[in-house]
Amino acid sequence: MFAYLVRRVIGAVILLFIVTAVTFAIFFLVPKLGGATADDLASRYVGKSAGAAQIHETAVRLGFTDPLYEQYGRFVKGLFVGQEYNYGPATEHCPAPCFGYSFLTQQPVWPDLVARIPVTASLAGGAAFIWLITGVGTGIISALKRGSVLDRSLMSVALAGVSLPIFFTGLLSLSIFSYGLGWTAQGGTNPLDETNPVWWAYDLILPWVTLAFLYAASYARLTRAGMLETMNEDFVRTARAKGLTERTVVMKHGLRSALTPILTIFGLDLGLLMGGAILTETTFSLPGIGQYAVIALRVNDLPKVLGVTLVAAFFIVLANLIVDLLYAVVDPRVRIS
Amino acid sequence: MTIEEIDPTAVPGVEAPAIGEELLSVDGLVKHFPIRKGLLQRQTGAVQAVDGLTFNVTRGETLSLVGESGCGKTTTGRLLTRLLEPTAGKIVFEGRDISHLSEGKMRPLRRDVQMIFQDPYGSLNPRHTVGKIVGAPYRLQNVKTEHGVKRAVQELLELVGLSPEHYNRYPHEFSGGQRQRIGIARTLALRPKLIVADEPVSALDVSIQAQVVNLLEDLQNEFDLTYVMIAHDLSVVRHVSDRVAVMYLGKIVEIADRVGLYETPMHPYTVALLSAVPVPDTKRKGNVKRIRLEGDVPSPINPPPACRFHTRCWKAQDICKTVEPPLLQLAPGHQAACHFPENQAGEVSTTPAATNQAGN
Amino acid sequence: MTEPADNTVQGTVQRIERGEAFLDVRDLKVHFPTDDGVVKSVDGISFQLERGKTLGIVGESGSGKSVTSLSIMGLHKRGVAKISGQIFLDGQDLVSSTPEEVRLLRGKRMAMIFQDPLSAMHPFYTVGTQIVEAYRVHNKVSKQVARKHAIEMLDRVGIPQPDKRVDAYPHQFSGGMRQRAMIAMALSCDPDLLIADEPTTALDVTVQAQILDLIRDLQREFNSAVIIITHDLGVVAELADDIQVMYGGRAIEYGTAEDIFDNPQHPYTWGLLGSMPRIDRERTERLIPIKGTPPSLINVPKGCAFNPRCNYAHLNGGASETERPELLDIGAGHKVACHLSPKERQHAWETDIKPKL
Repeated sequence: MFAYLVRRVIGAVILLFIVTAVTFAIFFLVPKLGGATADDLASRYVGKSAGAAQIHETAVRLGFTDPLYEQYGRFVKGLFVGQEYNYGPATEHCPAPCFGYSFLTQQPVWPDLVARIPVTASLAGGAAFIWLITGVGTGIISALKRGSVLDRSLMSVALAGVSLPIFFTGLLSLSIFSYGLGWTAQGGTNPLDETNPVWWAYDLILPWVTLAFLYAASYARLTRAGMLETMNEDFVRTARAKGLTERTVVMKHGLRSALTPILTIFGLDLGLLMGGAILTETTFSLPGIGQYAVIALRVNDLPKVLGVTLVAAFFIVLANLIVDLLYAVVDPRVRIS
Repeated sequence: MTIEEIDPTAVPGVEAPAIGEELLSVDGLVKHFPIRKGLLQRQTGAVQAVDGLTFNVTRGETLSLVGESGCGKTTTGRLLTRLLEPTAGKIVFEGRDISHLSEGKMRPLRRDVQMIFQDPYGSLNPRHTVGKIVGAPYRLQNVKTEHGVKRAVQELLELVGLSPEHYNRYPHEFSGGQRQRIGIARTLALRPKLIVADEPVSALDVSIQAQVVNLLEDLQNEFDLTYVMIAHDLSVVRHVSDRVAVMYLGKIVEIADRVGLYETPMHPYTVALLSAVPVPDTKRKGNVKRIRLEGDVPSPINPPPACRFHTRCWKAQDICKTVEPPLLQLAPGHQAACHFPENQAGEVSTTPAATNQAGN
Repeated sequence: MTEPADNTVQGTVQRIERGEAFLDVRDLKVHFPTDDGVVKSVDGISFQLERGKTLGIVGESGSGKSVTSLSIMGLHKRGVAKISGQIFLDGQDLVSSTPEEVRLLRGKRMAMIFQDPLSAMHPFYTVGTQIVEAYRVHNKVSKQVARKHAIEMLDRVGIPQPDKRVDAYPHQFSGGMRQRAMIAMALSCDPDLLIADEPTTALDVTVQAQILDLIRDLQREFNSAVIIITHDLGVVAELADDIQVMYGGRAIEYGTAEDIFDNPQHPYTWGLLGSMPRIDRERTERLIPIKGTPPSLINVPKGCAFNPRCNYAHLNGGASETERPELLDIGAGHKVACHLSPKERQHAWETDIKPKL
């Protein structure tokens, strides 16, 4: 078990390095392949009036003329010990972990990310809680009442949930519950500014529900399919033959097995969302990672985009790792062999 | 491979096969599946699925491999058809060493060596018609048939007791027994010399089992087929086999002709196996002394040393734990690997088959 | 022992009559309506079974043998299966009882073991947990007491080091040990009726022999009624006192084991006996199979369900194709459902069949 754990962690670290390398290559190599010179890149970091010589000087200072592997080495080193950026007017220090330095806002990326991760985490965590309970619950009920009117209507709603995009359901719910009825916050606030958890939830309830609706729908379908399968398993028949109540049979024997694959998907979904729920954050103007990425993309602020990508990759790899380890906890067959 | 033109009428029985001639010989066959563990995935052991088999198969005979789960009989079947590559040892088919032939070089030989599987459903592609399934070998081997593939397939279907009209149907439309017939038809398409049948009837109902057993026998007579039958049902094995090899944990513990094995089994394991077979005779109920083996078959990952059967054997002595008994010829055509064999010349038989026959 | 055990549910059960034997099945029908038609899995079977006795139900796949056992246990979904007839277990009709009443009997007074012990046990719970669960549903005891009981049961069914093995998971057991653990679980509440559905089909032959011995010993010890369902005539011969042969959802022959093996009277029974090679007899040149395939349960052949496969159907002047033969007593409780006259049957058995077996 311990060897398994160590092997998985090492694997995850290696994977992260590959991700950084590939991401780095995409952001710094691809423009060059497109014909952009080091000077073209540097021109974005100096004033509009700068002359060619000044631009070239900046490019050299920022290391754009160095070979790519040196730039990558500097970047990785920066992640651990920080980095100095000299872009002419001043030398900026970007302390470890240095995820890059935005020359547009003249700020290191990492503090921005640190400020935004909790917003995204609040959004993703709350939504996950809601969709797990409603989605799995709906799936169980649907499976047990298979073919009934209830099952069919629940599944129709679920189908709608899977099909409708966030910006549609989000804007619709905003217009009804916020602007129309005035029950919920109108978005655009930072829920973390609230000192009272009730207000925190008040700010987030609408994004939570909107986001959860999408996921709950697919979880309901997955749970239903999984339950239908496990309830036909021999061990469920054995559980009934023992004289257990139907409730115990369903919850203890059926659901336990049906939930195992859902656990995997849940981990990955949550990991993915932690890297930014772009549509939801944009629709509800929540200052999370996703919104940060969108803003950065709009102004072509590459270091920020790179930082977000790395954070997102980190969460996905982490989620993957946790899921694998949890699997061993849930399924004794994985644990022992 | 080169595309060969084959006249189907010339294929079956062109060279009149000499009965008694050696078709397949296996020498010291070993297959270990490595087990990897730990941080660096080092090989820490191996499943010793097959561990040193030596036997011959003569043309036209049926040799059965019997044994309990984990004895390596299925692995052996897959080695003989070269679906697996042996770890060590030699497989010689018609004088040619095929133990390590590459996939490409093996391909022409696949025509001569075919396999029938246990699960007649799992081995048929559900999205292909019967015609396509049975005709596949012709396409794969680029064999031209005189009146076209369809005609050849329909003849095959009739041969195995199906109707030519079944050509365009799908496997799910057939019962288990019929599916097994489809599998057999496919196997026969290229007129193989050797058929390795892995539990060909054990998934079938009793009444259907008999139909398929009879079919296999008829086909053997008609096409001079040689069978290697892998089975666990000792009654069926006795019915179909000329010779029987009993396997235990990757080794052959006894190999003999049918009569010898069933009437004077020499290895204690064979004796125990035969004694455990439930017999549909109420008179035997409760008043037959049975040899009951204790426990289960040990794991092939860590098989007991020396004689692998010593942990369950009622005759085991110290020597069985230290010296591995060689497979020795103890009677004409009868080999057993045991330090203290049963039923040796002069001894009175104690097996159910023999006692009952004595009473008949 | 013949006194019906006190049962709180029993008082509320509507009793029309109490049934004659400990288990008395009367005209049981289990039909499944499907889009393609009604699947008549069991179409009118009756039998009786006393404590301490073993009934073997023999048949091929689709003969209705497993469906019979599941309906006794009340394991069919109501609404999905249409069940009619009566099943008296110690005087209580299970068919007319509520699902909750039947549930309270399941595991306590009637228990079941299944074919494949690996898939029949939950992979995520230890063997001990699963036995403890079975015991505690019906017995108000602490977990410690139940665990002690589970270890005792594992010891009783011959599992070595039961105090350690109790905490192992099913996949850590060998096939034979798993089936022993299943039996320990089934017997944990000391049931009066044990149903074994192909209990040894998935096991190796030496292990099968051990399990059959175990079932026999435990039956003697607990004096329970046992139903063993199998396609293997050898297995029923080992265990059964009485045998019911099923075909197409109905019983076609019923008798003592001696009746069935020494003097079978139905052509299908002959067919089964002729189909199986016998290790205890001189080897025959050829097996005598039954022609054709088992019938679809949606479209059971008219008349005698076996008539398309029967070599003697033509002797009955068309009755085999039109009229369903009833299961009639031909003497001393040996029953057969066949249109052949006793004389023709005896003749066919003596001259055609018996010499070839």
